[in-house]
Amino acid sequence: MSVSKEQLIDFIYDEVRMLDEGRYDEWLALWLKDGHYWMPLDYKQTDPLNVTSLMYEDLFMLKLRVERLNGARTFSQKPKSRCHHVIQRPYVDEMDEAAGTFVTTTFMHYVETRLDEQTLLALTARHELALVDGKLRIANKRVDLLNSDAAFRNIQLLP
Amino acid sequence: MGRYADNPAAIKALYRGNEVHRDVYTDQEVYRLEMKHLFANAWVFVGHESQTPNKGDYFSTQIGDQPVIQVRHSDGEVHVLHNRCPHKGTKIVIDRAGNTGKFFRCPYHAWSFKTDGCLLAIPLKKGYANTGLENTDSGKGMRAVGEVRNYRGFIFCRLAEEGISFEEYFGGSLSSIDNMVDRSPAGRLEVAGPPLRYMHHCNWKMLVENQTDTCHPMVAHESSAGTAVKLWEELDMPEGTPLPAAMEIIAPFMSPYEFFENMGIRTWPNGHGHTGVHHSIHSNYSAIPGYMDKMVEAYGEEKAKEILGENRHNTVYFPNIMIKGPIQQLRVFIPLAADKTIVESYIYRLVDGPDELTQRTAMYNRMINAPTSIVGHDDLEMYERAQEGLQSDGLEWVNIQRLYEEGEDFTKEAVENGTTERQMRNQFDAWVKFMTWDMDDVREAAE
Repeated sequence: MSVSKEQLIDFIYDEVRMLDEGRYDEWLALWLKDGHYWMPLDYKQTDPLNVTSLMYEDLFMLKLRVERLNGARTFSQKPKSRCHHVIQRPYVDEMDEAAGTFVTTTFMHYVETRLDEQTLLALTARHELALVDGKLRIANKRVDLLNSDAAFRNIQLLP
Repeated sequence: MGRYADNPAAIKALYRGNEVHRDVYTDQEVYRLEMKHLFANAWVFVGHESQTPNKGDYFSTQIGDQPVIQVRHSDGEVHVLHNRCPHKGTKIVIDRAGNTGKFFRCPYHAWSFKTDGCLLAIPLKKGYANTGLENTDSGKGMRAVGEVRNYRGFIFCRLAEEGISFEEYFGGSLSSIDNMVDRSPAGRLEVAGPPLRYMHHCNWKMLVENQTDTCHPMVAHESSAGTAVKLWEELDMPEGTPLPAAMEIIAPFMSPYEFFENMGIRTWPNGHGHTGVHHSIHSNYSAIPGYMDKMVEAYGEEKAKEILGENRHNTVYFPNIMIKGPIQQLRVFIPLAADKTIVESYIYRLVDGPDELTQRTAMYNRMINAPTSIVGHDDLEMYERAQEGLQSDGLEWVNIQRLYEEGEDFTKEAVENGTTERQMRNQFDAWVKFMTWDMDDVREAAE
């Protein structure tokens, strides 16, 4: 089975829609089990391990993050946050049909709101995707915030 | 003039042993006085020397509300200067870090200064001939802070020219920094990357108090740590499966009250103190292969075991930092307003230590203290609810009375039950001391 450029682009659109609509079980199912969601702290950071990042989470941590959102005693989610992605058409940077691996880059604005506060983040998302059993999956996702070195308020949902 | 300026009695009345008045958290005049008195008279953390390793390297930060520059001078010493041109007030340094070479140069009129602050040159200097510039403060150059001390790589300063000595101020509390640095086989730390920066809409003291608040983790963090424990159990791993690093870090937050009671709290004079006298949430991290051998080689077996046997949890250095010795983390709570605080969380690597330890520390920092942290979110929620709740006129006092005893003496080191709020009281005792240290008394003056 082959994957078209359009299917890769649709995949990215579908992913952010899942996040905006809070369909986290579906979203977690997109991930390969050894994938990492990385949000660097430093501009053009190359090392996720030996310096601090905002996030560098495996599937266990992502599941914990999602599970917590619905907890009865998750005080920072009473009331709940909402989020909204506005994305540009993703660039398909790499297509290795033989290996079934693909890389996309997507520029987006991410809005998160709770109570009277709203945060706007400009970011670049880099997806490493893989074709496994006929389905596209996320192998790794890197999210670079334009102002990653700024002092942030809470960022509680997933850009 | 407000209610508190030049009125030490009014300041003292804000703290009455088991309670503290809400004005210490909400009143903007009290905040202004903290900046003017407390942060000037106390010894305050500036940065780590490894942030400015070479001559001309600088790092900009603030002490309370005072913009300062930490800079490595040509003689190799670290100096701390007010970040202000003595001419028109322009900030000399705007970026967070860099190298200025042999001198600072103001971008406005090109006045230049040696890296110890001394005036070097002024363009068209003849315009000042016979004007007496040399007799003014402007003519002396960039002003240095009152006193600077480099303690094992950590730079502290006192803004005030006169005041308490570094040794008297910190006393026995320096043992926590010693333990953190001694964990390096080379006896040295290096900063590992930039700090997390997290904006809180609450008073800075709420954050400092929370560092030794041992009755909140199992409550406020049930949503993160409790869920983690539950998810791990659901995975139903075979008996004896080693916990992944993330679980080693987060699971101890759910320890029962008894664990925290037995861990103990130690207080030192001048507002310093730490949790985890006997054990802590950092005690049961798995050993990193090869590390103990290096430590034994560097220190001998007895001393190495002593260093690694100490697992202090949070050490508060009054007024506004906390360090975690066992994982080489430092958090600084920088006050911006009565209801606004920026928290910067640094990590350090152990020189000649294994990378695995740095990696565990980096993981701790992002899991627990990032603006994206599922643990940090609930802490911030508590502080900000408190900041809003304190507007209520239903009650003007905040209770800090757990295991309180009449007539507590904070001038002596003490070890108590790990759930006592004694360290919070110790901080307010020091708060009154350094707030009123150099405060004029208008009523005395009027007499």
